[in-house]
Amino acid sequence: MASWLHRHVGARLALLLAAPLTWLVAVYLAPLALLFLTAFWQTDSFTGLLIRRFTLRNVADVFGEPAYLATLVRTVGVAVGVTLACLVVALPMALFMAKVAAPRWQPVLVALVLTPLWASYLVKVYAWRTIFSATGGLGLGAVVVVLTYLWLPYMVLPLYTGLSAMRPSLLDAAADLGARPGRSLRTVVLPLLAPSMVAGSIFTFSLSLGDYITVQLVGGTTQVLGNVVYQNFSTDLPFAAAVATLPVLVMVGYLLAARRSGALEQL
Amino acid sequence: MILTRTARWALAVVTAAGLAFVYVPLLVVLVNSVNASPTFAWPPRSLTTRWWSAAASNPGVREATVTSVQVAAAATAIALVLGTLASMAVARYEFFGREAISLLLVLPIALPGIVTGIALNSVFTSFFGGLTLFTLIAGHATFCIVVVFNNATARLRRLSGSIEDAAMDLGATRARAWRTITFPALRSALFAGGLLAFGLSFDEIIVTTFTAGPGIQTLPLWIFQNLFRPNQAPVVNVVAAVLVLLSVLPVYLANRLSDASSGGRM
Repeated sequence: MASWLHRHVGARLALLLAAPLTWLVAVYLAPLALLFLTAFWQTDSFTGLLIRRFTLRNVADVFGEPAYLATLVRTVGVAVGVTLACLVVALPMALFMAKVAAPRWQPVLVALVLTPLWASYLVKVYAWRTIFSATGGLGLGAVVVVLTYLWLPYMVLPLYTGLSAMRPSLLDAAADLGARPGRSLRTVVLPLLAPSMVAGSIFTFSLSLGDYITVQLVGGTTQVLGNVVYQNFSTDLPFAAAVATLPVLVMVGYLLAARRSGALEQL
Repeated sequence: MILTRTARWALAVVTAAGLAFVYVPLLVVLVNSVNASPTFAWPPRSLTTRWWSAAASNPGVREATVTSVQVAAAATAIALVLGTLASMAVARYEFFGREAISLLLVLPIALPGIVTGIALNSVFTSFFGGLTLFTLIAGHATFCIVVVFNNATARLRRLSGSIEDAAMDLGATRARAWRTITFPALRSALFAGGLLAFGLSFDEIIVTTFTAGPGIQTLPLWIFQNLFRPNQAPVVNVVAAVLVLLSVLPVYLANRLSDASSGGRM
């Protein structure tokens, strides 16, 4: 048996992949496919039962109703805002950690940035809720601040890794040719850092698109796509499924666009 | 890049401010857990430890903690097995569809949790009769696989396969080569991956909401359901503080076991 396996590479590979692939297809892919199929079905408004007949009504509802379109725009807007805010805060931090801090302090700084990731998500949002309800500021702005807070490490880390991997000789060459630090930053560092920035933004964007708990806790009456899905999934699953497809489409589009920038290797 | 002194100072200040921004809310949680005022007036006028003893004896908290640990342990075990198998395939063989498999493994974590949640929920309720502890574990294991996979693949890529070939040339069976050569080298990466997976599962709330059976409460579910009950607030604060304190451990452990390059969620 062992020598048969040794000669048949394909059989070995199949054996290795059998369990993980079966699991993923059965437990993840199939339910996902079924969910997207459900978006084209309908719920009988009288009995609440699922009618398995193809219809485009849910799709029309999602894109036709101004309220839902507004929610979509708002959700994407929040995701973009959070990504930009993370970039603005993370870049100076990563620069400091990679280029200014002494080498023996760098692992400490990395650990300091990583540790909050382990503190419970709910705890962090809850802490901000107490802060915001005391200062009065629940709402869309609070949502952006809290989401930036939550995902900041996911942006700092790729930026730090990208900066550390940058060859110092490139920067020295730029300086030798007369570029001042600001110009080196603009014309050399930032373009080289683009894949890392995109890699970090994949996290911040995707995590912000689907989040509904933060909005519930600090957003007051703000509605994002996640809320709409959550509120509808038990009463009108097809509609919820149709709405849920939107962030998936946005993320797939984003991932495909990101692939071309070489960011995916940085994950 | 030769940065001026002012630039260096500016960056240091921004970094310090950034770290303060990150840690102040956590400190607020810690201080609040010993705040004697029942309405958590700020700044706290006196401190007390009675909330901590109340939390320790709270049956809901204990049960939720036990459930969380069980689920996380089971999900991590499944993820370790499946993740290692997948990484052995991807790191050691070249085949058509290899990139697709890597993408497939990432999907459960890359797509919004709520999508995974309702997809699993509708399948479990329609075809499996309902939600149980096992549906919860299955949901968690699915997004934990990629964490183990990434760590294992990174380690396997650094170990060339030639040592295993050498062992087999010297007469070892594949199983023995795996046992005595590959696995020991892989062990610490698997430990780091397992640790990350455990942490992910322990803290997860969104997929959990959709896949936990009735009456099953993990710690995040308990926190969420008690967040808006004023008389439970002190206990919630203590639980929150404990989770903050506990979060230091895994980072310390993971740092000692693997590179900084495999830090973070993946």
